[in-house]
Amino acid sequence: MAAFEPVLSRNWNNPDILSVMTYESMGGYAASRKALTTMSPDNVVDLVKASELRGRGGAGFPTGLKWSFLPKDRKETFMCINGDESEPATFNNRYLVEKDPHQFIEGILIGCFATKANTAYVYLRFEYIKAIHILEKAIAEARAAGHLGKNIYGSGFDLEIWCHRGAGAYICGEETGLIESLEGKRGWPRIKPPFPAIEGAFRKPTVVNNIETLACVPHIVERGADWFKSMGTPKSYGPKLYTISGHVNKQVCVELPMGVTTNQLLEDHAGGVWKGRKAKAAVPGGISMGILKKEEFDIPLDFEEIRKTGCLGLGTAAVTIMDDQTRIIDYLYNTTRFFAHESCGQCTPCREGTGWLYKTVKRIRSGGGRIEDLDLMSHLANNMGITPGTTICGLADGAAWPIKNALAKYRDELEDFIKHNQNPAYKITAGQDAISKGQSPLPTNTSMFVPGIGLAKSLSN
Amino acid sequence: MSTTSTTLDSPRMLPESVRQKIEAYIPRYPSKQAVTLPALHIVHSHFRCVPYQAMKEIAEILEIAPAEVADTMSFYGFFPQAPLGDVRVWVCRSISCMLRGGDELLEHACKKLDIEAGQTTSDGKLTVEFAECLGICDHAPAALADDGRAYGPLDEAGVEKMLEELKKGPVPPESL
Ligand SMILES: Cc1cc2nc3c(=O)[nH]c(=O)nc-3n(C[C@H](O)[C@H](O)[C@H](O)COP(=O)(O)O)c2cc1C
Ligand code: SF4
Ligand code: FES
Repeated sequence: MAAFEPVLSRNWNNPDILSVMTYESMGGYAASRKALTTMSPDNVVDLVKASELRGRGGAGFPTGLKWSFLPKDRKETFMCINGDESEPATFNNRYLVEKDPHQFIEGILIGCFATKANTAYVYLRFEYIKAIHILEKAIAEARAAGHLGKNIYGSGFDLEIWCHRGAGAYICGEETGLIESLEGKRGWPRIKPPFPAIEGAFRKPTVVNNIETLACVPHIVERGADWFKSMGTPKSYGPKLYTISGHVNKQVCVELPMGVTTNQLLEDHAGGVWKGRKAKAAVPGGISMGILKKEEFDIPLDFEEIRKTGCLGLGTAAVTIMDDQTRIIDYLYNTTRFFAHESCGQCTPCREGTGWLYKTVKRIRSGGGRIEDLDLMSHLANNMGITPGTTICGLADGAAWPIKNALAKYRDELEDFIKHNQNPAYKITAGQDAISKGQSPLPTNTSMFVPGIGLAKSLSN
Repeated sequence: MSTTSTTLDSPRMLPESVRQKIEAYIPRYPSKQAVTLPALHIVHSHFRCVPYQAMKEIAEILEIAPAEVADTMSFYGFFPQAPLGDVRVWVCRSISCMLRGGDELLEHACKKLDIEAGQTTSDGKLTVEFAECLGICDHAPAALADDGRAYGPLDEAGVEKMLEELKKGPVPPESL
């Protein structure tokens, strides 16, 4: 196999690349020119389909296929670029915007041409303050240089790109939550269908794509679908940005062919486990994806293989390493706290379930746990999410997966923890006791039924 | 008087410059309501909060009900109704930072300033808050100031140094 040549990150060491002239002088905007002046939108869609590029935002949906769902007779299309990047441990989108904004803009331009979108909104999380500053400057330069605006390259295609800043809500990364937020409302995900391709932003056909997904597109136009498919593992092709953080010596973002293993990332790129310790586990792609045991570190991190370990998927390819002194209960405390904080509150199983999981884990962690709590957690986790069909969006699945994986892979440790960490001062109320036994904590005439979860009032412990 | 049904019972508080900034966003979107978040950000960066009166004036400019602005604003938990410190600093408590001591560093920052997370120092200089992942995990355990300065990997001494630096006030985005 030929040596891997990074493309997405190839300009990251060149600070001058922020200027449109430098970017052009390195061959930049040649792919967009090629697409707009020598290809039809459908040609570009077909090319991206042939490359089998899959979305980098988390779900891994085939990009070309998504684009082809837009109604043929549409009058107006919107492109929303998902830069909410809030999945814990993920920072590759930030690198793409801060270190090579024109590559990203070129990707937007080609993506919009292919989907006939004349307006693109880049939804960027508020915390990316430096990135937004760089991006707005780059957009202005690109417009001045004729890469945006009216009749680009004489092709008759018009495009405006606007930056839209988020306000610190994880759920606005979910594509329909993003659309609602863009429209000026609370970021409550919508029930699908209709999918955004049919009825999205401002009730018009809309494409939502991740920043990295679009950054791949110029390279596919330039080098072809076969080049893209020459990298990776079956059904997971192309280059991928992996981030590695947590208990490692070097926390980095690296571009590698899709399908590297956790061990390779850890040893070859992150300088090994910190403080000379050994690894215990890893989060494979943001905390929504679950947890990998050390013994699973040689599984390829791609869209398909990783699922065989019981993890939800590749997610954002954000790997967090945990050393051998990490307690699984602390990992669960962190993940349940996150999801209880970030649930948008629309669906009862998610709103109540995430809160309940957090409170249960917190109680176990502070010495008030009982073995039955683990079954209760399992019951909760198995009944919230799109997978069982009780919620609108996938946040609830993301909240459930760390629990499911931890119970499948570390049940002994958790039982052990409960047995050896009993705080006598910890009083359990009758209500909590009833809940843990699956009984109603409420008077029998109160109806607070949550599908699949049971009675969900008075859970404050 | 405006043509909308909104009536303002208090004197206007948004200066003309702020109104103009908000209005400049209107052509970017097919609906005026879509300017809600940009407007909240503009007002927030001007007053370092969004008081109820400002919400009403945003509603008037965007021809929506004040309750719609309030509904959106309250969803995000990002926009306080009373002023924040000159610099707002978020200390991350998500997984990669937590593993490297993030929770303890937040506590340390608060102890040093004699405040609780979410509060502002009595001199009005600093507001310290926890945050979920700030997207700067390459700096974990990390903190971010709302002018864009990123800090980390932090330890207790690093936190103290950061607080001293931030007390000097915000820096413009060009300096990042
Ligand atoms: C709770 C939740 C949060 C999400 N956050 C993000 C995000 O921050 N960035 C992102 O690109 N996709 C995120 N997604 C996935 C998006 O819904 C969507 O699949 C993606 O933006 C599509 O782009 P792609 O096809 O290019 O991957 C999230 C999904 C869920 C359920
Ligand atoms: S699953 Fe959770 S986050 Fe998603 S829409 Fe329902 S309540 Fe909101
Ligand atoms: S986990 Fe702390 S910045 Fe990402």
